Amino acid sequence: MNTTCIMCPMGCSLTVEEKDGAVIVTGNGCPRGEKYGKAEFTHPERVVTTLLKGTYGGVVSVKTDRPIPKDKIGDLLSWAASFRLDHAVKTGDVIAESPVACGANVVATSDFKGR
Amino acid sequence: MKKFDVVIIGGGPAGMAAALGAREQGASVALLERDDRLGGILNQCIHNGFGLHYFGEELTGPEYAKRFRDKVLADKGITVFLEAMVLSLTEDRVVRAISPTAGLMELHAGAIVLAMGCRERSAGAIALAGTRPAGIYTAGMAQRLSNVEGYLVGKEVVILGSGDIGLIMARRMTSEGAKVKLVAEIMPFSSGLKRNIVQCLNDYDIPLRYSTTVTRVTGKNRLTGVYVAPVDEKMNPLLEKEEYIPCDTLLLSVGLIPENDLLTGTSVEMSRVTSGAVVDEFRQTSVPGIFSAGNVLHVHDLVDNVSEEAFVAGASAAKFSKGELALSETVSVLPSNGVRYALPQKVHQGEGKVKIYFRVDKVYRGRTVVVESGGEVVKRKKTLVMAPGEMQNVEVDKALIRGDLSIYTEE
Ligand SMILES: Cc1cc2nc3c(=O)[nH]c(=O)nc-3n(C[C@H](O)[C@H](O)[C@H](O)COP(=O)(O)OP(=O)(O)OC[C@H]3O[C@@H](n4cnc5c(N)ncnc54)[C@H](O)[C@@H]3O)c2cc1C
Ligand code: SF4
Repeated sequence: MNTTCIMCPMGCSLTVEEKDGAVIVTGNGCPRGEKYGKAEFTHPERVVTTLLKGTYGGVVSVKTDRPIPKDKIGDLLSWAASFRLDHAVKTGDVIAESPVACGANVVATSDFKGR
Repeated sequence: MKKFDVVIIGGGPAGMAAALGAREQGASVALLERDDRLGGILNQCIHNGFGLHYFGEELTGPEYAKRFRDKVLADKGITVFLEAMVLSLTEDRVVRAISPTAGLMELHAGAIVLAMGCRERSAGAIALAGTRPAGIYTAGMAQRLSNVEGYLVGKEVVILGSGDIGLIMARRMTSEGAKVKLVAEIMPFSSGLKRNIVQCLNDYDIPLRYSTTVTRVTGKNRLTGVYVAPVDEKMNPLLEKEEYIPCDTLLLSVGLIPENDLLTGTSVEMSRVTSGAVVDEFRQTSVPGIFSAGNVLHVHDLVDNVSEEAFVAGASAAKFSKGELALSETVSVLPSNGVRYALPQKVHQGEGKVKIYFRVDKVYRGRTVVVESGGEVVKRKKTLVMAPGEMQNVEVDKALIRGDLSIYTEE
């Protein structure tokens, strides 16, 4: 796998491979890049931000309250696309508890009046 | 007629931080915002990555805005005027604004802080060839339509420009089910953050082509496609290599222009490089009592820097209104050799430190930034990488200033 380290402005181009059961990172300028490369290879995670629609119109911006596995992002976005919020929420309120079964909750990042 | 110590024009992150800065000095503040809420452009930036420097945690745009908004609204010394469009200002500090509730207002200010932000360069501003069909938006306009109005602007998308707003919108549109076919960047590098290239493009397998531009657009009522072509070193498109990409939407992420129209007719000195005012370290313009901060002064990539800069501008404006901003002689800050611009452009001699922000003209690896004053080196700073898209800074001890400061890079 080829990727770019984002841990500092150098932006080293990393190559990550599996050899005899070990994950090998090359191209990193420092140890942080090795750690980043390994994590990206074995269990990449992202905080997801998106919008939810209100049952009666309007949108509310939301985020996952912790990073979720990258391969769950699609599930989360499909869940978000079909979900409709029918009540008012304030910034920080939990809207759904672990909707894609990975422990991350979906919380509001803006206030929503319900319509 | 109403009187305030400090009148602030624009209620984005810059305006809000300026208000808090002025309040810390005990000034009475009026904050004028043309939108129906405070927060500026942050309200439409629903992704996270804001506030890492200022709050030490990653927030989304609306969350970052709310932290400031809550403080501003709780402060009785700040009078907030919403849906209040500022129409004009004078050098003797009279601000005229209009709002649906208050009608035409005239505010007399002890000092003014300009915090109007910037607008995006549009199709007209880059002279795009071809027809004028629907489906061509600036990236920020598409962001607003999507994130505030909940309206997706198209299904098959090409993005011109790889600035952060363009990259963020590539991910946003993909998340909403659109297909982003290409991001074309005319420069050989991106002005966007690395992190956004990885997490907005690579994560979704969206191709990015450098040294490539959109040459013309097709479509009568709605956009039907765009032609793209590589460019040579002089930025001339190689038309024989033109390629057609069918799409219904073209997003432009080709730069921001400080919104300084209000200064037309004043003698505020402007910088041709930043398109903002020329200021000193208090962010005071060449007209005493008029200050400027945030994107209206120079385009920022991190909102954290906007807040920091505007807080200083607000506090200094408050001091000016009380006659407490004592100023010594200034020297000029002169950029050269790799440094495209430096801000502030003027610095007062005296005590303490001054942080000089600057941008480089291309990507540099392993260069040293040098600041000289009166022929002596007053600061050297080694850097790993500097890119035009990432604003840099260097701190200088004011006591060492002997004359004009020149700031440049060397191998
Ligand atoms: C479309 C767009 C998207 C962006 N996305 C990102 C991003 O994703 N990530 C990032 O880090 N940075 C982003 N930026 C940069 C961001 O703008 C700055 O970090 C920051 O928001 C600038 O703050 P500001 O207060 O100077 O300007 P703004 O946030 O633009 O606020 C200016 C305010 O002034 C008001 N105003 C202007 N003229 C008048 C007038 N005459 N009368 C009354 N009010 C007026 C406007 O309505 C606005 O609310 C984006 C910028 C733009 C233009
Ligand atoms: S590998 Fe080290 S030097 Fe290279 S980008 Fe990552 S953190 Fe920076």
